[in-house]
Amino acid sequence: MREDILRILEKNSRIGIDELAIRLGADELEVANEIKAMETEGVICGYHTLIDWEKTSIETVSALIEVSVTPQRGQGFDSIAERIYNYPEVQAVYLMSSGYDLLVNMEGKTLKEVASFVSDKLSTLDSVVGTATHFVLKKYKDHGTILAKKKKDEREKFVL
Amino acid sequence: MTKDPLSAVTVALKPSGIRKFFDVVNEMPDAISLGVGEPDFDTPWHIREEGIFSLEQGRTFYTSNSGLMELRQEIDNYLSRRFGVSYDPKNEMLITVGGSEGIDLTFRAMINPGQGEEIIIPQPSYVSYEPCAILAGAKPVIIDLKAENDFRLTADELKAVITDKTKLLVLPFPNNPTGAVMERKDLEEIVPILIENDIYVLSDEIYAELTYTDKGHVTIASLPGMKERTILINGFSKAYAMTGWRLGYACGPEAVIAQMTKIHQYAIMCAPTTSQYAAVEALRNGDEDVAEMRDAYNQRRRFLMNTFKKLGLPCFEPYGAFYIFPCIKELGLSSEEFATRLLMEEKVAVVPGTAFGDSGEGFLRISYAYSMEALKEALGRIEHFVETLRSTGA
Repeated sequence: MREDILRILEKNSRIGIDELAIRLGADELEVANEIKAMETEGVICGYHTLIDWEKTSIETVSALIEVSVTPQRGQGFDSIAERIYNYPEVQAVYLMSSGYDLLVNMEGKTLKEVASFVSDKLSTLDSVVGTATHFVLKKYKDHGTILAKKKKDEREKFVL
Repeated sequence: MTKDPLSAVTVALKPSGIRKFFDVVNEMPDAISLGVGEPDFDTPWHIREEGIFSLEQGRTFYTSNSGLMELRQEIDNYLSRRFGVSYDPKNEMLITVGGSEGIDLTFRAMINPGQGEEIIIPQPSYVSYEPCAILAGAKPVIIDLKAENDFRLTADELKAVITDKTKLLVLPFPNNPTGAVMERKDLEEIVPILIENDIYVLSDEIYAELTYTDKGHVTIASLPGMKERTILINGFSKAYAMTGWRLGYACGPEAVIAQMTKIHQYAIMCAPTTSQYAAVEALRNGDEDVAEMRDAYNQRRRFLMNTFKKLGLPCFEPYGAFYIFPCIKELGLSSEEFATRLLMEEKVAVVPGTAFGDSGEGFLRISYAYSMEALKEALGRIEHFVETLRSTGA
């Protein structure tokens, strides 16, 4: 039941409890309680909207930054990761398995803003030993959704 | 003296469905259609990619008449693992151009034309059984399935039409257009009659993967004494959303498959090679895709059932395929009148039940091979239409 709810919510968080219950053949109250429980337990971490900012008048620059760090005794990578993810312009921080240590996804208004974040804030952290910044030129697909084009139903109107 | 260039038998065939009605729909680009009997999903990418790869590798040759051995072996694995029946990939299997070709071949391989041999066809059902039976020179014998039996075939209905000329029964379950299924207990009722009367079965199981009960699909071929008298037809169109690839298969007794293969060899040569390579990938790595699509269909099915329940239109719960088959008799319109007015007044296209046989009168086939958004919009309009009919009494 939980997994079924999550699979639907992951694609459409705006769905009503009533429709969710109908589609899963479940009781409304039961579905509502499950969602509440999952929110409390931190299984559901938020309800966001996927926006293709390219199609708006707002300019954004997105970058993926590889960060190499010296892990700290007793803390591993967690404390340096925390210092980085607390910056609001940082969208995501992942600990990686090879090549470098942390992958930081950052959104800024301009190229300069991203550059100065890397040179002034990130590189100057004590345990950071190196960075490599990759700017995103175009987003084709994000969060499992293809942004480039909308699919049209090209099937015949009638097939028996 | 001029000769008639046409075959009288072919000319006499009824055109498929309700042509006039369909032509109107095609001229209304803004109509929402719930009339399509094929998945709205694209073929999963890894399957498409395997087809592309086979083209890149230059695998553009014919395969053997029976189809790629690799594919036949995968089909045997698949049928064993999913439905508990096993077929010899060498002698008991034929890869066809969609399930449809398998239907045509079965009839032609088994029927002696013009001898009055009978093929029993339960209706409402897919539109090609009757014309294919006629073209093969058989006499189609129709059973009108009943809503009160949830459109399942009962032993009494079967017994009532059997004669000494009965050769074959078409078993079209899970059913298009009703969504009905035959569960194990239903099949067990008819099996002794079939064996006793020496009747073969063409079991069209193209919707086998799309059932919504815990028990899942049961093939009649898996019941004792039935494998040797069943031609099992299946394919990739519905389960893997591969309609345009035109790929199906027939499994059955060696003697019948050998004759079917002969006709296939002369008329078709072999099924499309690209599709066969893609199908190997589908069977090896496609189980999860099938489960995901089944889940999506099931959610839409529940949504539609709920809407019709609220609307107060009787609709038995269909446990298979991707159709619901609500009854509109209380509204005082024929299926075709209802469908035509719904199209004109609300711009929603559904298929009148009569397209699938006379016993479909009073019913509509509504496909849920559509996105939830499209279904919600269309159902809203249907609700409005039904309420208008009720309030005006016409």
